[in-house]
Amino acid sequence: MQLIEEANREAVRRIAAAEPVLVDVRPAGEVIPALGDRVLLHAGPPIEWARMCGPMRGAIAGALVFEGWATDLEAAERLAASGGVAFAPNHHHGAVGPMTGITTRSMPVLVVENRAFGNRAFCTINEGLGKVMRFGGNDAEVLARLRWLRDELAPVLAAGLRAKGGLALNGVIARGLAMGDEMHQRNVACTSLTVRELAPALAQAAAAIDKLAAALAFIGANDQFFLNIAMAMGKAIMDPVCDIRGSSVVTAMARNGTDFGIRVSATGERWFVAPVEMPKGMYFPGFSEADANPDMGDSTIVETVGLGGFAMAAAPAVAGFVGAGSAADALDWTRAMYDITLVRSAAWTMPALDFAGVPTAIDIRKVVSTGIVPVINTGIAHKRPGIGQVGAGVVRAPLDCFKQALVAFAATVGVE
Amino acid sequence: MSDPTHDPLPPPASAVPLDRLLAGPVRVVNIGLEQFATDLAGNGAAVVHVEWTPPAAGDAKLAALLAKLGG
Repeated sequence: MQLIEEANREAVRRIAAAEPVLVDVRPAGEVIPALGDRVLLHAGPPIEWARMCGPMRGAIAGALVFEGWATDLEAAERLAASGGVAFAPNHHHGAVGPMTGITTRSMPVLVVENRAFGNRAFCTINEGLGKVMRFGGNDAEVLARLRWLRDELAPVLAAGLRAKGGLALNGVIARGLAMGDEMHQRNVACTSLTVRELAPALAQAAAAIDKLAAALAFIGANDQFFLNIAMAMGKAIMDPVCDIRGSSVVTAMARNGTDFGIRVSATGERWFVAPVEMPKGMYFPGFSEADANPDMGDSTIVETVGLGGFAMAAAPAVAGFVGAGSAADALDWTRAMYDITLVRSAAWTMPALDFAGVPTAIDIRKVVSTGIVPVINTGIAHKRPGIGQVGAGVVRAPLDCFKQALVAFAATVGVE
Repeated sequence: MSDPTHDPLPPPASAVPLDRLLAGPVRVVNIGLEQFATDLAGNGAAVVHVEWTPPAAGDAKLAALLAKLGG
């Protein structure tokens, strides 16, 4: 249909025109008006307490204590279970969050501005590996780290970013792909590039040398620090693509540990939901699939813009880490994604595929027609709250989401 | 095995009497189920396999929608 082809050309144009810039770090409550008292944002499509998985509940309990809305974890669980708090998806408020994705008002969020369209998107700061809130961790160590992020790192980062005038991200991604990152399970290159770009401004902005040293040490020791920047970037790129009449392009994919949901441009804010799948991957010593929670997180926004599993060809090292096979297999993962996307990015290319662009703009028609579903690189959380990450792997988006979306999309263009 | 992409092609099947279709060496383009191609190749036939599945895995309702939506 001509309407669909023209609408999808406009969607692709907006994606290609995006100019994402990391501009600031702010308390979430200052930039997300909905984050009032006892309000928590979570990853994935909407879900109520009764259906939430263990890590999600654990992170919520920790966040309630962190905000001072509950005195301890037991009181926090009772408060949440009794309906004493309000939940909403990050995606409903211009935000994204990794794994459990819990965002509350005093948590600092990275602010990415899409200067081509003037919109902003937000994501919490990556806490590092191991026992962290995004994987359901909630003990004193986890909360102390969150307080340090809020009180020490965020002010330094914010001051540095403002002094520098922001960090343009298109170039960082392009270089990171050439250095072996796919921006979901491998961010070591982009994290290093970010440190190199920001260090002079941070040095000028830091109130004391020990605070600067602590900030740089934390970022430098966290290979996944850039992931949350990439996520806010993905959200900032895709939000202007929402609500194009006739466009069958996927604008969001997200999981809450129970459900997997997608949004499509023409159907706006509506979610198409199916049970989330269990990742297939590699487990840390002492853990196995029996310990794993089904997939979760808003981090699939990076696949939505053509990175992560879609850019596996750029990151042969990650293919082994997530159990996706050899370097040659990594090329095949990316090639398969060309069958369900509209274009190859002109700006983000992969040396191992002779500098072909990453597969960009998922078309629900292609997914349903071929039966090929998006591939996602992901971390794996323990199914019990408080333990944290136990592995990393690959998970598939459920085909049923796309089938539902196709029927609803067809109705928007008068096809039944 | 001969190279099916470079050998001169025989006339279209419609122009060949049925009883002569398999009289000479067989060259096959197999579409869909790969096992047919594997078996033929195992018996020395020249085979090119094409990966193909029906749109929407044969779901008639979704396939009808896709036919109207294009793409």
